[in-house]
Amino acid sequence: MLEVNKKIDNSDIDSFKSMPDIRGHFGPYGGRFVSETLMGPLQELEEAYFKYAKDPDFIAEFEHDLKHYVGRPSPLYHAKRWSEQLGGAQIYLKREDLNHTGAHKINNTVGQALLAKLMGKRRVIAETGAGQHGVATATVAARYGMECVVYMGAEDIQRQSMNVFRMKLLGAKVVPVESGSKTLKDALNEAMRDWVTNVDDTFYIIGTVAGPHPYPVMVRDFNAVVGREARQQCLDQTGRLPDSLVACVGGGSNAIGLFHPFLDDKSVAIYGVEAAGDGIETGRHAAPLNAGKPGVLHGNRTYLMEDKYGQIIETHSISAGLDYPGVGPEHSWLKDTGRANYVSVTDIEALQAFHDLTRIEGIIPALESSHALAYTAKIAPEMDKDAIIIANLSGRGDKDIHTVAAHEGITL
Amino acid sequence: MSRIEACFTALKNNNKKALIPFITAGDPSIDLTVELMNVLVDAGADIIELGVPFSDPMADGPVIQRASERALANGTNTDDVFNIVKTFRSENESTPIILMGYLNPIEVMGYETFIDKAVDVGVDGLIIVDLPPEESVEFGKVLKPNGIDQIFLVSPTTNGERLDRICEAASGFLYYVSLKGVTGSNQLDVKAVGDKLDEIRSKTNLPLGVGFGIKNSQIAKDVGNISDAVVVGSALVERIAEHAGNSEKMKSEIFSFISSLRTALDSNG
Repeated sequence: MLEVNKKIDNSDIDSFKSMPDIRGHFGPYGGRFVSETLMGPLQELEEAYFKYAKDPDFIAEFEHDLKHYVGRPSPLYHAKRWSEQLGGAQIYLKREDLNHTGAHKINNTVGQALLAKLMGKRRVIAETGAGQHGVATATVAARYGMECVVYMGAEDIQRQSMNVFRMKLLGAKVVPVESGSKTLKDALNEAMRDWVTNVDDTFYIIGTVAGPHPYPVMVRDFNAVVGREARQQCLDQTGRLPDSLVACVGGGSNAIGLFHPFLDDKSVAIYGVEAAGDGIETGRHAAPLNAGKPGVLHGNRTYLMEDKYGQIIETHSISAGLDYPGVGPEHSWLKDTGRANYVSVTDIEALQAFHDLTRIEGIIPALESSHALAYTAKIAPEMDKDAIIIANLSGRGDKDIHTVAAHEGITL
Repeated sequence: MSRIEACFTALKNNNKKALIPFITAGDPSIDLTVELMNVLVDAGADIIELGVPFSDPMADGPVIQRASERALANGTNTDDVFNIVKTFRSENESTPIILMGYLNPIEVMGYETFIDKAVDVGVDGLIIVDLPPEESVEFGKVLKPNGIDQIFLVSPTTNGERLDRICEAASGFLYYVSLKGVTGSNQLDVKAVGDKLDEIRSKTNLPLGVGFGIKNSQIAKDVGNISDAVVVGSALVERIAEHAGNSEKMKSEIFSFISSLRTALDSNG
């Protein structure tokens, strides 16, 4: 068996940006573990993606839409008051919450929808957990005039009724998934089933850097605009690179988007923050990189939450967007190589950061992003006052106010 | 000669086609699975395909997915699957058994351990749905010396170059998935299946089985005409679910359903 879950000696890695290999492997992770019926469609997608990724017209159209439709570049904001109160490093927030639809997710859906259009697909499908990726997909489907079907776990539909209604307003059909744990992973299974049945006219827009090759590399590339902008903005504003990057990791698309352009800047420490839920020790969490082990799910080999027989187990996080038992394979590789550190914060810690940022900076962060903020608040006080942390504020928290209120016993 | 090879050789000599029913191990219970396997053989099954339950059966339709959920809900694990095979094998030396499942339960056990246990209880073939030949090199190396066949799927979208690779890696037989879509889908086009089987036959001498969409005797007969084996899964699992509350009724229904497919297949010629 391939060597997984093992420290990889990184002394002879020339560039951490060299992954994946031609077959979609990040070291032992990634790959294309799907049924034969999906191999043809994935090959077709791979060919189209790598052709258009180099095509100046495609790049120009993508950048045009990111600028005029999404509202990029998003600011890099110096959170001075919060930094002062924490008494250590200067904290800069990458404001993905200010994008159209309120999160980084739209970067990827614009890219994939443009690709779908060029491939002649008239219908797009997506899976969604919290509903953010579903909304971002329904949005671009409306924008490009495509039919849109979003698969969402029946549990999640209950928890996120506002986003369900947003998707319907945008013209999407939302299909409740009643199988398994009725959450994100089951929605992904169901979307795969739709895709394999309707592949002739359908494009599957996966929302995170997981899934079979080429999804992890494609979704990363479409989100890497986050890190490219942040790197340049940091240089422009401070004259140097940051000391640390912090981002939350569920599937890991906002994190890899921020991290990737910095991977070869060896002086920059990188922290991915998983959801510890009630605490890693309770078993009720969503932290496969911290407490899981490598396996194969949803088309790729990566760290997973599983029982001793390899059955995928239920995860827990207050943040629906982090409530996923796997993680993008590139994160698994970055963990094993030691280039990135994967840590975790609990629901309680994330909620504290949610309130702190809201009260101190006047920014209501998504509960997902609040995990990154909570870890930032842990390390900032230990750092010098002239040190710089960039935290990815990957989404805004409006969608979460019902969850926060309910957690505090308040009925809205 | 492996049991699978012996089975196909004997059928060919008698000018017959293989009938391969699929059931999920542990659905509706571990004990009943063994009984059902015997019923399948009595009704005319040549090879038994036994599903290893998995929490996330991405390539399966709702019928087999729910069977997997039922099996997991009553606690069926990989060791139970091996025990089922062992019990069956203690009374039946000849009927080949193929385990069909997903990679993760195998990976977590370790390739060597899984294969050792499979050999030990008398498993003859493996279909690992989410392990295409591209990702199967390591696994194939461990499997090959153990005499267990690795059976690969071929789909309508499997193109020439990949078909070559699959024919090279496969043993036992090739499993042609007759439809785009998941298990239990609709509308099987016999003519289209026949054309694709001709293409596959030009590249390999392995027997060709056809599955996905075999719902009744008529389709079984038509597909049997152009292939070496028919696999019936969802239509059978559906009947198991329907009679989950009454095991005697379930067994008699299963017996008559499989017998009807057997008769239909044998009426070709």
